[in-house]
Amino acid sequence: MTEPTRRSLLAAGAALLLVRPAHATPQAMAEAIRAFAEGAAKAQPGRVRLDLPALVENGNSAPLTVAVDSPMTPDTFVRRIAVFNEKNPQPNVAVFHLTPRSGRAVVSTRMRLADSQTIVAVAELSDGTFWSARAEVIVTLAACLEGG
Amino acid sequence: MPRTLINVPQSVPRGTVFEIKTLVSHPMETGFRPDESGRLRPRDIIHTFVCTYNGEEVFRAELFPAIAANPFLSFTAVATESGELAFHWTDDHGAIHTETARITVT
Amino acid sequence: MRRLALALALVVLPAEADDRRSGFDVMGPDTQAMQQDDTANPGILWVRDGEALWTRADGGKSCAACHGAVESMRGAAARYPVFDGAPLSLEQRINRCRTTHQGATPLAYESQELLALTAVVAHQSRGLPITPDADPHLGAVRAEGERLFRQRQGQLDLACSQCHDDNAGKRLAGNLIPQGHPTGYPVYRLEWQGMGSLQRRLRNCQGAVRAEPYAYGSAELVALEAYLMARAGGMPLETPAVRP
Ligand code: HEC
Ligand code: HEC
Repeated sequence: MTEPTRRSLLAAGAALLLVRPAHATPQAMAEAIRAFAEGAAKAQPGRVRLDLPALVENGNSAPLTVAVDSPMTPDTFVRRIAVFNEKNPQPNVAVFHLTPRSGRAVVSTRMRLADSQTIVAVAELSDGTFWSARAEVIVTLAACLEGG
Repeated sequence: MPRTLINVPQSVPRGTVFEIKTLVSHPMETGFRPDESGRLRPRDIIHTFVCTYNGEEVFRAELFPAIAANPFLSFTAVATESGELAFHWTDDHGAIHTETARITVT
Repeated sequence: MRRLALALALVVLPAEADDRRSGFDVMGPDTQAMQQDDTANPGILWVRDGEALWTRADGGKSCAACHGAVESMRGAAARYPVFDGAPLSLEQRINRCRTTHQGATPLAYESQELLALTAVVAHQSRGLPITPDADPHLGAVRAEGERLFRQRQGQLDLACSQCHDDNAGKRLAGNLIPQGHPTGYPVYRLEWQGMGSLQRRLRNCQGAVRAEPYAYGSAELVALEAYLMARAGGMPLETPAVRP
């Protein structure tokens, strides 16, 4: 007698969510990556590790770690690491500037995800080469970018 | 006045790499969210974070609206000498908030 | 063989099957890690703020002037709501101290200051089991809370119990339905991008079934709090918890 109807439960689920239009901008992401790589022959996959949970519980805050394989010596180090997304209103997430005094090229932060999408990290090394990694994330509850 | 959480080891052997974690209170208003009247709330984010070690920059981050509210950052540095780590957060109004931490290198 | 089975059953049974689960147990490992690391849990910012407010003289006397160090609050939050002339939530107790003892104005519900003070007081009980207060007046309050918990409400005509007792563990449009234990309040909720009280959480759930939420500080919300805390009796407090 206290069985909730499937319909009322689904409606409650919808009310817990907010309907948010997507901002599909994979082209904008590609352009932002080109701008970052400053015309260098495009970033090659490799040397970079990008860790995000495969399943994100709430798009308002997803933990992210980028690590680049580099000895971080005065001769060979990572200058910059940039993180891009394709479905938030803007393609940029962050740009980290490192030095040999960083010791390791490992940075963590938390980002917003407006939708399930691909995240890309690109690293610029001291020898002028660019390397990249991507990660696919599924968001069960999108970031609150549209109000509420 | 933003509030911060900073985690730096008090004492580190020379030459080792240590982790620094910072968290600062800030809404990171994206500029894409409407208020109750339907107008977009103006963008208000911390766009730059800098860490210096005895005055020399060791880490810098440019942040965009895609960074979560109350921005968290963790990064590393090599323990070279005892002294002061300074952390500077700059927001869209140009206000700079600074915190410092002492470190002893053994 | 039967003897062995019986012996095994005896070994297993006294461990009293407690299948209550905090929201912590059912959230993802990343959110759990965020809660457990005090240098990464944003809720700690409110605790630090509360520590500063604790020693600030508002309207003459600071909280510390009467209570001493904030550590003296250890165990207090684990007992709330209590009965003192009327059922009283922790927020109402803090505001009563402000008005009757400090001669200051009450702090608004969900104001950063009230959240900070509640957070620092509740944080002193982190790890302690919830121990519902023994005052006999509270029996009727909890019974009323349970009645409200089982009463259908809103346009969707759903009771709290239909989600949190009957459907806990199932997914609801992306959200995992927890058992609904008030173990970590005030919590830093990712959805809010900030801190919020238990009453804010309960009002959110009422909104989800399209019911008119009870007012902050209303007898209904305090009764629900009293029932939920008794229902979670013995479970450890986590303040400041992180929730999706
Ligand atoms: C339609 C299903 C549904 C109904 C009805 C419902 N809730 Fe909830 N409740 C949820 C979901 C889903 C969550 C978790 C939200 C999330 O993780 O985003 C939740 C969270 C909670 C929490 C927080 C638990 C924690 O770990 O912090 C409490 C407490 C709670 N509800 C109490 C209530 C009360 C009291 C009522 C009745 C007034 C109620 N709920 C009605 C679905 C429901
Ligand atoms: C002038 C003295 C005085 C000041 C100032 C004061 N309190 Fe109290 N507080 C009391 C007394 C006395 C009680 C016992 C209940 C009562 O008689 O009101 C109490 C009870 C409490 C309790 C309940 C403890 C329990 O175990 O149930 C809490 C929580 C509390 N105070 C918090 C605060 C906070 C937070 C502040 C500062 C905003 C504060 N108090 C300021 C005198 C004070």
